[in-house]
Amino acid sequence: MKDVLVFLCGFIAVAIKQGTPLLFGSTGEILTEKSGNLNLGIPGIMYMGGVSGVIGAFFYEKAMAGQPLNPLLGILIPLVCALLGSALLALIYSFLTITLRANQNVTGLALTTFGVGVGDFFGGSLAKLFGAGGSLSIRNTSTLFRSTLPFAEDWGAVGELLFSYGFLVYVAFVLAFIVSFVLNKTRIGLHLRAVGENPATADAAGINVTRYKYTATVLGGVIAGLGGLYYIMDYAYGTWSDGSFGDRGWLAIALVIFALWRPKTGILGSFLFGALYVLPAHLNFGENRMVQYAVMVLPYVVTIIVLIVISMRKKREHQPPQSLGLPYFREER
Amino acid sequence: MNQQTAIPAIELKGVSKRFGSVIANSNVNLSVHKGEILSILGENGSGKTTLMNMIAGIYFPDEGEIFIDGEEAIITSPKDAFDYKIGMIHQHFKLVDVFSAAENIVLGLDEKGKYDLSSAQKRVADICERYGFEIDPKKKIYTMSVSEKQTVEIIKVLYRGADILILDEPTAVLTPQETQKLFAILRRMRDDGKAIIIITHKLHEVLSLSDRVAVLRKGEYIGTVNTAETNEAQLTEMMVGKTVELNIHRSEPRDAVPRLEVHHINCSNREGVKVLNDVSFVAKAGEILGIAGIAGSGQRELLEAIAGLQKLDSGAVLYNNPQTGKMDNLVTKTPLQIRDLGVRLSFVPEDRLGMGLVGNMDIVDNMMLRSYRKGKGVFLHRKEPKDLAEHIIEDLEVVTPSASTPVRRLSGGNVQKVLVGREIAASPTVLMAAYPVRGLDINSSYTIYNLLNEQKDKGVAVIFVGEDLDVLLALCDRILVIGSGCITGVVDARTATKEQIGLLMTKTNAESTEGGTPHGN
Repeated sequence: MKDVLVFLCGFIAVAIKQGTPLLFGSTGEILTEKSGNLNLGIPGIMYMGGVSGVIGAFFYEKAMAGQPLNPLLGILIPLVCALLGSALLALIYSFLTITLRANQNVTGLALTTFGVGVGDFFGGSLAKLFGAGGSLSIRNTSTLFRSTLPFAEDWGAVGELLFSYGFLVYVAFVLAFIVSFVLNKTRIGLHLRAVGENPATADAAGINVTRYKYTATVLGGVIAGLGGLYYIMDYAYGTWSDGSFGDRGWLAIALVIFALWRPKTGILGSFLFGALYVLPAHLNFGENRMVQYAVMVLPYVVTIIVLIVISMRKKREHQPPQSLGLPYFREER
Repeated sequence: MNQQTAIPAIELKGVSKRFGSVIANSNVNLSVHKGEILSILGENGSGKTTLMNMIAGIYFPDEGEIFIDGEEAIITSPKDAFDYKIGMIHQHFKLVDVFSAAENIVLGLDEKGKYDLSSAQKRVADICERYGFEIDPKKKIYTMSVSEKQTVEIIKVLYRGADILILDEPTAVLTPQETQKLFAILRRMRDDGKAIIIITHKLHEVLSLSDRVAVLRKGEYIGTVNTAETNEAQLTEMMVGKTVELNIHRSEPRDAVPRLEVHHINCSNREGVKVLNDVSFVAKAGEILGIAGIAGSGQRELLEAIAGLQKLDSGAVLYNNPQTGKMDNLVTKTPLQIRDLGVRLSFVPEDRLGMGLVGNMDIVDNMMLRSYRKGKGVFLHRKEPKDLAEHIIEDLEVVTPSASTPVRRLSGGNVQKVLVGREIAASPTVLMAAYPVRGLDINSSYTIYNLLNEQKDKGVAVIFVGEDLDVLLALCDRILVIGSGCITGVVDARTATKEQIGLLMTKTNAESTEGGTPHGN
């Protein structure tokens, strides 16, 4: 019995670690979509967040030349780099779709391709110049990001379940709660939701539609970018290799639909998606790759089922923001 | 409250507004006092809404001044209007569907203190109690009826502390019972000292509700009269004006046989409101049947019903097929099936670039929208449509760089010529045209009138929906008047007067039963 419990605690802990990048991504995307912007550039933005953090951390470690890192700077430099990298991409998206009114889907997809390309270019170049075997390791910074509370290891399974994570995991939770609170309990949230539902009405009510859209999209991009940073620094133990981030960005967008645009539901969804993601590794399928891949497809299957169910139930509260994906012209009637 | 303050709550002096070369308002003077209801009366396109939009800060007047409480006011945005305590309730509601009533009411307000929906709900409840509204502040907009949504809009304006309320055709979407309720509330607001302006074209409402009536005609300000000292006949005359001689050629219809018989059709819109109520009439080959009515009285639904685009609750549309001599019921058929029966129906819809033509395609491609099924194999045959396009450009004097110019780049008149040209080229037996001269200059309008007359002489049953009564009287043989989805009368265009039609147009459901006979000649 105790073994099962220990196994379960361990499994949940791994699921949470796996789910955290998705949680960052979906919280950021929910904030963005609530302003009426469907940002399909999120995978690219998360990738950029990760690689920007890697670049910052790498040069800081290099400057220290083997000396122990200053813990504050060691965290702050990659963090700021990641924020700037993802904010830049989100800003490009905002400028193209809000100011120039480019098609949101096309812009988003282009940005994903762009973010992944730029990320691989810089990450790959660094790995080729300074790394070994095509991957780059920034172990010292990663140690800082992964440091846990001192008593976590003394508490056994409970400690593992609750306290075995780096600080970014807790940041992801707190952000989801903050975004949920702002959206539902504040005037700013009311105005933002109005912008995403019906920008003409919001405009007539004296709300600055452009400002709300820009702010929400850039903040959303920054939050998503943290997911990329977390993945490299914490989950991957500070190892960069091309393409290892995988399809997590798309999963984050799927998670938005699964969570019905609610950040708090997104927390639960991220556990579930994380669990499904790591399930193949935990259950021993041996050499049977087919079953393994079938399990990995489950998060997407679940998302499709959710989409079918919400479309059939037609409950208005569960629908995406009404003007999601549409540009807003004041003059158009 | 002081019923007659010397200084009006709002006063307009010499206000004019132009859009390009179109004069929407010219030299309008009017005033409203506190504790008074003023009606603005006028036909479609007489500039009522434009005038009110200038007070509400949506447009800015080209000339003239607006005075609020005796002081000149510069209103450049809706926010300025709020600051002057002016609130306008538009015809199309500006509400967020998934929000509750209270959330919509506080939207955009920068109230001091923390965001507290429950205190807002309390204030909403206070307003409701004061004026007699019945609304649950927690109810979501998408679950509301049209009348409830309108209530939310009115409360929204009152919540912002408006003293001057403008309502743009508030009763157009309401049932008679709801209208009575609204009027009771408006009277209570008047007694509370608010200044109220209501746009309408229903005469009986004007007479029962307002203290004074201001009349506009084609952008001109005609005058203001006290309701107590006027009657329907005087108001109608002010509204429609004297008959203008237009000099449109009209031939006598020759052997007019019934071509299209509409029997008792009923139709409801998406909200479940009845838009056509027991409509019956006959359109004859070789004559032009005019349809007159206030915009949105069901003209569009009627034409779409005949074209097979509108689902009907009941009734039949019978087509007297000159080839087979049989009667075909069109109601249960799709546009394609109607075509396959050999029914040659041409439809010039109101929304030219929405329903009639594809704006981004050129004239030739737009010709092919009607003929793309012709030809063999998978390849398109562009020769015939190209010839047709060039033929239309030449015959109708369409001003265009070439036949391969996207139609959206043509002017309104030329777009209309392309559309009418294409529909006529299909040599129809029934030709329906909805507002075919809207937005067109005089010359283009006459080109269209001549085309319709030509078709009539060829023995086509022409149905012409128009808004200018002078044109209807000069062009048509018979005029069908429609009011709130009912036929309120059929008149002979050679003998009828504008006043007669104007009165029929402003009749509503309740009165229509004793109106003209639907099957009249």
